[in-house]
Amino acid sequence: MAEALFRRVAIAGNPNTGKSTIFNALTGLRQKVGNYPGVTVEKKTGRFFGSHGEAMELIDLPGSYSLQVRSPDEAVARDLLLGRVAGEPRPDVIITVVDASNLDRHLYIVAQMLELGIPVVVALNMVDVAEARGLTIDLLELKERLGVPVIPMVASNATGIIELKQAVSRTPLPKPERRAQFPIVFETEIAHLARLTAAPAESSRMEAMLYLSLDEQGLREANLSPTLYAAVLAGQTRLRGAGIDPISAPVDARYDWVATICSAVVHRRGEDNEGLTISDRLDMILTHKVWGWVAFVAMMSLMFFCIFTVASYPMDWIDAGVSALKNWTADQIPAGNFQSLLVDGVLSGVGGVVVFLPQILILFFFLGILEDSGYMARAAFIMDRLMSRVGLHGKSFVPMLSSFACAIPGVMATRTIENRKDRLVTILVAPLMSCSARLPVYIVMIAVMLPAAGALQRAGIMLCMYALGLIAAFVMAWVFKKTLLKSETPMLLLELPPYRAPIIRGIAQRMWERATIFLRRAGTVILALSIVLWALLTYPKPENPEATKSEALAHSIGGRMGHAIEPVIAPLGFDWKIGIGIVASFAAREVFVGTMGQIYNIEEADEENEGLREQMRAEKRPDGSPLFTPLVCLSLMVFYVLAMQCVSTVAIVRRETGGWTWPLFQIAYMTALAYLGSLIVYQGGKLLGFQ
Amino acid sequence: MDDSVSLASLSPGQKGKITALDLPGAQKGRVMEMGLTAGTTIEVIKVAPMGDPVQYKVRGGHISLRKAEAALIQVQLLT
Repeated sequence: MAEALFRRVAIAGNPNTGKSTIFNALTGLRQKVGNYPGVTVEKKTGRFFGSHGEAMELIDLPGSYSLQVRSPDEAVARDLLLGRVAGEPRPDVIITVVDASNLDRHLYIVAQMLELGIPVVVALNMVDVAEARGLTIDLLELKERLGVPVIPMVASNATGIIELKQAVSRTPLPKPERRAQFPIVFETEIAHLARLTAAPAESSRMEAMLYLSLDEQGLREANLSPTLYAAVLAGQTRLRGAGIDPISAPVDARYDWVATICSAVVHRRGEDNEGLTISDRLDMILTHKVWGWVAFVAMMSLMFFCIFTVASYPMDWIDAGVSALKNWTADQIPAGNFQSLLVDGVLSGVGGVVVFLPQILILFFFLGILEDSGYMARAAFIMDRLMSRVGLHGKSFVPMLSSFACAIPGVMATRTIENRKDRLVTILVAPLMSCSARLPVYIVMIAVMLPAAGALQRAGIMLCMYALGLIAAFVMAWVFKKTLLKSETPMLLLELPPYRAPIIRGIAQRMWERATIFLRRAGTVILALSIVLWALLTYPKPENPEATKSEALAHSIGGRMGHAIEPVIAPLGFDWKIGIGIVASFAAREVFVGTMGQIYNIEEADEENEGLREQMRAEKRPDGSPLFTPLVCLSLMVFYVLAMQCVSTVAIVRRETGGWTWPLFQIAYMTALAYLGSLIVYQGGKLLGFQ
Repeated sequence: MDDSVSLASLSPGQKGKITALDLPGAQKGRVMEMGLTAGTTIEVIKVAPMGDPVQYKVRGGHISLRKAEAALIQVQLLT
């Protein structure tokens, strides 16, 4: 897109204000996700057009409560607005989204935005909710007091989007002139310090203000020049001498200003006491001593149950489609190496993974609903005590819950955690949560383990696997907090936003994004791995052309690798064929299923109508006893619960922690844990007389 | 100041007016930016199922804090 940009627009605001909904409504599908230069935070940008077709870029800033940041996520918003990011000029205008039903708190961030010296447009979202609560907002007065355009909106049904576009494309856009007044001594110190900062004139005032209200630790971490550092300290001392606390003075001043505005523009209809809102009533159940847990377990169970039952229909269709494609390919191409590569390598490998798309989508659907409805914050609220026992806080629970879908968004979600050590601990344990890539392995193994079990029984075992990952994550977090990453339990400061009906369109859009990523992975990483695996399992070919398929497999490089590690994994109950699967899935867990498919298809291609599960069940050890006993299946599942087998996660952990130390440590400790876990299950199980 | 008590000592349903925040630097700033400034009315809504943290209502929004931090916030009990 070479067209000239008319304006660069940033969209900011507190979390849970409908910021993403407005972003989506403005840009539609003209979005792209990239990264900020130098840092790893996801940068979401999009295109939209002004009222006269002017092309504008919209930058979605991470939701934040303040520019005085305490988390990497908020740092991105601040750095961009202050022009600290190299190659990213300050935006031309900031859309600040606020919740109209709670201006008392949400105008705080507006107060800060007005101090930046960049034109601001206030998107007054959820005016319908405010109306329903009996609040009337005097728009003219609000515009007058803030000195910037205010657009009333209901983003969930696109009300106000056109007016918002008009407001940001208007020329000229005046810079805000009104803002909260700090005590005069404070303003003097700001002006003095602003001259010393290296920042450009427009943002130097805000930079100076932010430095002045840093605490000792924050000031040390800000990497200021010795002169500036000394000047800030001197300024803070002078302020304290004048009886002004540099930390609370600006906050008090802004809230006072906000309170004055609110009392002038917000009018309550009817009785002052609004009574219990629907949200309060929901909380009475969802965070209740008893019902809260019942609801939590019920929701999780429903989610896993749907993953099993609802998903099975589309999965059958995909399965049938892949089989048909295989047969068709086999008919078109003469038997030989090339046919084998396509049918046994590519189609079996990729098809075996793509079939899990429906389950992954259902998982993301549920997590999306939990997130958007506001329930995630409640989960953090009820889980906090448990998390604080291992030295973390409730906020670490959300990345862990997201890791049930995929460790990658989970690791990225740790950016909301303020403390570096806590963030590292959460990153280290997040991949222990059973992600959707493990699902294929569990499903196949459970089916092999208990052929006659019903959906409920299977879901039960599945839940146990998820619980095992959860418990392991808790124990390891505790261990890390006591040893490697020793630090105090962090403070919890959690907003419990009002419950809202999730917007299905937004969730659908994210599911689409995830599906694309998953399929792209299947088409690249997994396709490549499938071909490599096929080659490993096919070459070198045995000299004796009369060799059985099993002999040919043993002769191949893959077979030899499996044999080589067999002594190591034999105590876990695994043979060399499972060994091939484990070696193969060090890059991606879901490859295991495809590999098993390849191994057994290659071996028993004559019975290709038999499913993988039956073939695995029929598999015998050299002494004639069945290989996949329930105990071996369990041991294998435990291995997959605990092992780090995902190149994508390793890559994201390396990016997020800024080096190879932590990802390598993570691989080492998780592999050791997996080996130990499987060993205990298999040897312990044998001692107890299980098979 | 003699009638000021710690926020942690309030039970669900009770309200107080914040008089002082004795939290360390950055934590104090953070708590204040969420709306808990001196002079603000704060109401205890409920205690989490496992006994901690506690849900508070302040400036029309709901915020959750642990008792350890609430113990460092002084309030004047409102009746």
